[in-house]
Amino acid sequence: MMAQQMDAVFAGFGGQGVLFAGKVAAMAGLIAGREVSWLPSYGPEMRGGTANCSVTLSDDPIGSPLVLTPNVLVAMNQPSFVRFVPEVMDGGLVIFDETLVSPEGALPELTFGLPATKMVEDAGLAGLANMVLVGALWEKSGFCTEAELLSAVDKCVSASRQALVQKNKQAIMLGAGAARDL
Amino acid sequence: MTEKVLMKGNEAIAEAALRAGCRHFFGYPITPQTELAAYMARKLPKMGGTYLQAESEIAAINMLYGASAAGVRAMTSSSSPGISLKTEGISYMAGADLPGVIVNVQRGGPGLGSIQPSQSDYFQATRAMGHGDFYLPVYAPSTVQEMADLTYVAFDVADGYRTPVVILADGMLGQMMEPVVMPDAADPASLPAKPWAASGHAGARPHNVINSLHLDSEKLYQDNVRRFQTYERIKRDEVRVETYRIEDADVVVAAFGAAARIARSAVNAAREEGIRAGLFRPITLWPYPARALQECRARAVLTVELNMGQMVEDVRLALEGATPVSFFGKCGGIIPTPDEVLDQIRGIAEGLGE
Repeated sequence: MMAQQMDAVFAGFGGQGVLFAGKVAAMAGLIAGREVSWLPSYGPEMRGGTANCSVTLSDDPIGSPLVLTPNVLVAMNQPSFVRFVPEVMDGGLVIFDETLVSPEGALPELTFGLPATKMVEDAGLAGLANMVLVGALWEKSGFCTEAELLSAVDKCVSASRQALVQKNKQAIMLGAGAARDL
Repeated sequence: MTEKVLMKGNEAIAEAALRAGCRHFFGYPITPQTELAAYMARKLPKMGGTYLQAESEIAAINMLYGASAAGVRAMTSSSSPGISLKTEGISYMAGADLPGVIVNVQRGGPGLGSIQPSQSDYFQATRAMGHGDFYLPVYAPSTVQEMADLTYVAFDVADGYRTPVVILADGMLGQMMEPVVMPDAADPASLPAKPWAASGHAGARPHNVINSLHLDSEKLYQDNVRRFQTYERIKRDEVRVETYRIEDADVVVAAFGAAARIARSAVNAAREEGIRAGLFRPITLWPYPARALQECRARAVLTVELNMGQMVEDVRLALEGATPVSFFGKCGGIIPTPDEVLDQIRGIAEGLGE
């Protein structure tokens, strides 16, 4: 997948960090020298409790930044999973938080669940389930190099919260390691 | 600084304005432009500038009038309903020949409408930013990079022609992030001198009066005539347009801003099917790149907008009936898909084949 265009949707509850997860992926694309766009849902949708963003990484100029048929879905809650799985392109990749999502019905072949919320609680990284899923996405898709991904974390975490950089990276590696066995 | 950074469109406008030497911002919060004002609130006080959250949009535009009259680079921003409130003040600025940059990050209308992206203020921006005989340059960015570049240019154009200038963006461009390389910061000493400004003179020269009231009809008439001579210079020198794959295009899609991104994807898809399609993207909506559109030599033009059909009227005016023109659009915050636009292109191409 590294060479092809990634049209990703990151979705979950507001506060789970789906917009941030998408930003890390977009930043990794920027560092890799690719064309990149990141478009959040905003307004009443977010106030209603769910948030999502569209992220495109491409080697060509990006037209519409709104991803309608994702080839990557990262789902952090049940409503997002139910809403976006039917939109996933044939052959697309679905990564979800098994702690919070109970998959039903027919699923895309490349669907992988990790108990991300439970994993981060056990590892003392509470609140970073989003990064576990980014790590799993990276492991399963190779959408950038490891160095690009970790460098993206450096750039996305604000200067005043540098203590969080290592924890974010730890969560990414935790997710990547767990996904390797799936 | 030539580093590529990831930024929201709203923030890119704000940063570019600071680099253009804007040190005074007056605004009032409204979605989906709020990040622009928030960025100014963070940065301007540290730069010796003024960030002022006004009590209303009307107050904010009149503060812009005042700052501009004093000779400084200044800006206000809002979204559709807030821009309507500013139009009286914009007309006064035009009447007083005051530069200034006004940003509209459009949302759906009319009325309070929605907070989702829209292009339904095209008529307002190009025809009716207030009462009276006047135009103002309108820039329509299509990428976050252009949000920055055109904002930077807008300050120079505003000062150069002594006119308010509009950046017509929308909620999608304002909220999305893309890589952007910021223009270098202007040297404050290099900004154009403003000998006309009411900036204090310690009795060294006659008063400068900044005013749009002329009770003498002859004076007002001459003022308007002179201003329209300036408009002719703007039309001659400031038109901006991008064309894409139009050299042999039968079907040319005309679209600006966010709609042009969708149209571009549809044009590429049509080309893959063997349909000779191209894109005509006005970057200035006023002055409109009419000649460039005529020179496209399209057999048919499809106008795509996030509204019920506004720029399509300028397309028809430019083509003067010589080329069939059709329209496709969605409004209210619904974004048309590239597939929907492709369907329209296919239909038109089939019609041409018959």
